[in-house]
Amino acid sequence: MLTGLVDGILGGIGIGSVLLLAALGLAIVFGLMGVINMAHGELMMLGAYTTFVVQNVFKSLGGDWLETYILFALPLAFLVAALMGLILERGVVRYLYGRPLETLLATWGVSLILQQFVRSVNWVLVIGLALFCLFFFGGMWLLSRRADWQRLRGWAIALLLPLSLGISAVTGNILSQTYKLVVTKPWFGAQNVDVTAPKWLRSGFSLGSFQVSSVRLFIVALTIFCVVGIYLFLQRSPWGLRIRAVTQNRSMSACLGIPTQKVDALTFALGSGLAGVAGCALSLLGSVGPNTGQNYIVDTFMVVVVGGVGKLVGSIVAAMAIGTLTYLIGSDAFRPLLTAVPPLADFFTFFSSTSMAKVMVFALIVVFLQVRPAGLFPQKGRTVDA
Amino acid sequence: MPLLLTGFRLNLLGRFLALAIAALGIDLIWGYTGLLSLGHGVFFALGGYALAMHLKLQIPVETQGVAPLPEFMGLYGVTKLPLFWQPFYSFPFTALAIVLIPGLLAAVLGYLVFRNRIRGVYFSILTQAATIIFFNLFNGQQKFINGTNGLTDFRTLFGATVSAPQTQFVFYVLTVLLLVGTYALCRWLTTGRFGNLLVAIRDDESRVRFSGYDPTGFKVLVFAVSAGLAGLAGAMFTLQTGIISPKAMDIAFSIEMVIWVAVGGRASLGGAVLGALLVNYGKSLLSERFPDIWLFFQGGLFLLVVMVLPNGLVGWVRSQGLQQLRSLLGRRPAVMTYPSLETDPEVEQERQTLSKHD
Repeated sequence: MLTGLVDGILGGIGIGSVLLLAALGLAIVFGLMGVINMAHGELMMLGAYTTFVVQNVFKSLGGDWLETYILFALPLAFLVAALMGLILERGVVRYLYGRPLETLLATWGVSLILQQFVRSVNWVLVIGLALFCLFFFGGMWLLSRRADWQRLRGWAIALLLPLSLGISAVTGNILSQTYKLVVTKPWFGAQNVDVTAPKWLRSGFSLGSFQVSSVRLFIVALTIFCVVGIYLFLQRSPWGLRIRAVTQNRSMSACLGIPTQKVDALTFALGSGLAGVAGCALSLLGSVGPNTGQNYIVDTFMVVVVGGVGKLVGSIVAAMAIGTLTYLIGSDAFRPLLTAVPPLADFFTFFSSTSMAKVMVFALIVVFLQVRPAGLFPQKGRTVDA
Repeated sequence: MPLLLTGFRLNLLGRFLALAIAALGIDLIWGYTGLLSLGHGVFFALGGYALAMHLKLQIPVETQGVAPLPEFMGLYGVTKLPLFWQPFYSFPFTALAIVLIPGLLAAVLGYLVFRNRIRGVYFSILTQAATIIFFNLFNGQQKFINGTNGLTDFRTLFGATVSAPQTQFVFYVLTVLLLVGTYALCRWLTTGRFGNLLVAIRDDESRVRFSGYDPTGFKVLVFAVSAGLAGLAGAMFTLQTGIISPKAMDIAFSIEMVIWVAVGGRASLGGAVLGALLVNYGKSLLSERFPDIWLFFQGGLFLLVVMVLPNGLVGWVRSQGLQQLRSLLGRRPAVMTYPSLETDPEVEQERQTLSKHD
C-alpha cells in the first residue's frame, strides 16, 4: 500500500523536475517583463531537435563518441535556444513591452512559424532565408550609414523587402528545379524523431524495493544543477543583481543607470536557453516531434500561475506539487488508501488516466487560486494591483 | 448574394458568418472589456454539442423493444440513454441550452476568477488551461459523446433532411438573421452606460473600483454573454458543417478566434465581423492552394497584425489610413484638431481675450 505511494512520489518527482526545467525559463521571463512567451514550448522543441542532430553527428563518428553525445548536446541545445530567444526578443518582443496580451498573440505566431519550420525545413528554405537576410538586412545596414536615413527609411523598406523576397524566391525555385530531391527533401519531416539515450543512462537500478531509472535520475540531477546555477547567477553575479532590480522596479532601475534593454535581452536569452535544456531532457524521455512544445506549454503556465511571479521557490514547489499530484492521480495510487470509502475510491478511479488527472489538477488549481489568488509566494509590493 | 454563389460557396459563407457571431462575442470581451479569453473554443464546442445531441436524437422509434440510441453508443455497449442526453429530446430545451450552457459555465468560471481580481495574462492562461481540460474531458468520453470522432452524421431536423440544399439554405438565412440580431445586441450593449463601463474597466479597472462600482459583476456578465454568443455560433457552425468534435476545443482554434477580431479591429463591432470573414476566406483560399505551408501564413498573420496593425483594419482606417492615402496621392496631410474645440464658446472667448492682449 505504502509502496505504491512512494513509487508514485518518486515518479512524480521525475515529472515535476521536467516541468520545473520547462517552467524555470518561463517564470524568469514572466517575472521580469510580464511577458508570456507562447513560443516557449517551441524553444523546447528546438532544443530537442538539436539533441537529435548532435546524436546523428556523433553516430556517424562511430565508436565511443555516441556514449558522450548528451554532454555536448546539452550546452548546444542551450545555445541554439538562447540564440533563437535573442532573435525573438530583438525582433518582436521588445516592440511590445507593456502590452502583454499582444505579446502573447505575437509569440503564438512565432510558435506556429517555428512548428512549420521544423516540419518543412530543407536546403532550399535555409538558402532562401540566408539570401533574404543578406540582401534585406545587409541593404538596410548599408543605407543606414547615409545621412538622410530617417527620410529614406520608409522607401528603403518598401523597395528592399520585395526585392530581397523576389531574389530568394527565384533562387530557391531554380535550386529546387535543378537539384530536385537533394535540396527539397525535408530534414526532419512531420513525423516524430527518436533520440536514444546513451547506454549508461538506459539502465536502472534498484533502491531497496524501488526501481529507479537512470534517465529520470539524470533529469533530476540536471534540474538541480540548473536551479542551483540560476540561483547563483541571480544572487551572486552583477547581472543577476541587475535582473533582480529590474524585476522589482523597472523605472527606478532605469533611473539608476541599469541598462534595462540589455537586461531584458539577456534574461530572455537565458530563459530561452533553459527551454532548450528542458527540450534536451525531454528527448531522453520519448520521441519528439513538431508538436512536442504544445503538450507542455499549458502545464508550465500552470506552474507559473501557482508558484507566483518572480520567486524561484514558488516555481520549484509548484512544479513538484503539480507533477506529483498529476502522477499520483493518474496512476491511481490513491485507491489502495481509500478502499474503506468506496465512493471516494470510485471517484479517484474515474480520474485515473493522464489526461483525466489533468482535469482534476486544473479543478484543484482553480480552487487553490480562490485561497491564494497571487500564487504561493507572491511578490510583495505597495501597488494597487499586486 | 445567395444568387451569385454556388451551393458550396454559399455554405462556406454561411459557416464564416456563423464564426462572425463568435467574433462579435470575442470583441465584446476583448475589444471592449480588455479580457483576452483563450477559451472560447470550449463555449463554441458546447453550443455545437448541445445542438448535435438534439440532432442525434432524431432517430426513428421503430426499433422495437430497444430504446433508440445514437448509433455509436451501441458500439461501446451502452444500452440505456445516459441521463444527461434525455432533456435534449426537446427542441426548446436545446435551443436554450445552446446559449445557456456555455453562458453558465462562463459565469461560474468567470466568477471564481474575477472575484479574486485575477486578470490580464493570468486570465488568459486560465482560460487556455480550461480549453485543454475540456478537450481532455470530451476526448476521453468515448462511450457517451463519441470521443475523438465527435458527433456527426445528422439526419433530420423537424422532418427536413439536414444535408439537403434547401435546408442548408434555410440555415444560411437563419445564420444571417442571427448575425444581424447579435450585432444589434452588441451595439446596444456597447453604446449605453454599460458599454462605457466596460471600456472604463478595460482602461483602468482600479479607478472603476474606486469610483464605487464592483467590476466583478460586470465582467462576469460580459464573459457569460460572450460565451453564449460563442455557443450560438458553434450551433450554427455545426448545422452547416455537419460535425462537431473536440477539435473545436483546440488551443489553436481558440486563439484563431482572437486573431479574427485583431485583424478586423478591436473595439469595433463591424471590424470583428469583417475580420472573421476576411481571415476565414483567406484561410480557405490559401490552405486550398498551399496546404503544406499554411502555418507559415497563419503565424505571419499573427505577427503582422500585432506589430504593424495593432488596431486592426478598421482601427487603421480610422486613425491614419486616410492620411496615408492622402500623402500617397501627393496631397498635404490635413491638420487634425478636435472639431468640438473649434465650436466651443469658451475656447472662442479665450481666444478673443488673448488676441486683445496682443
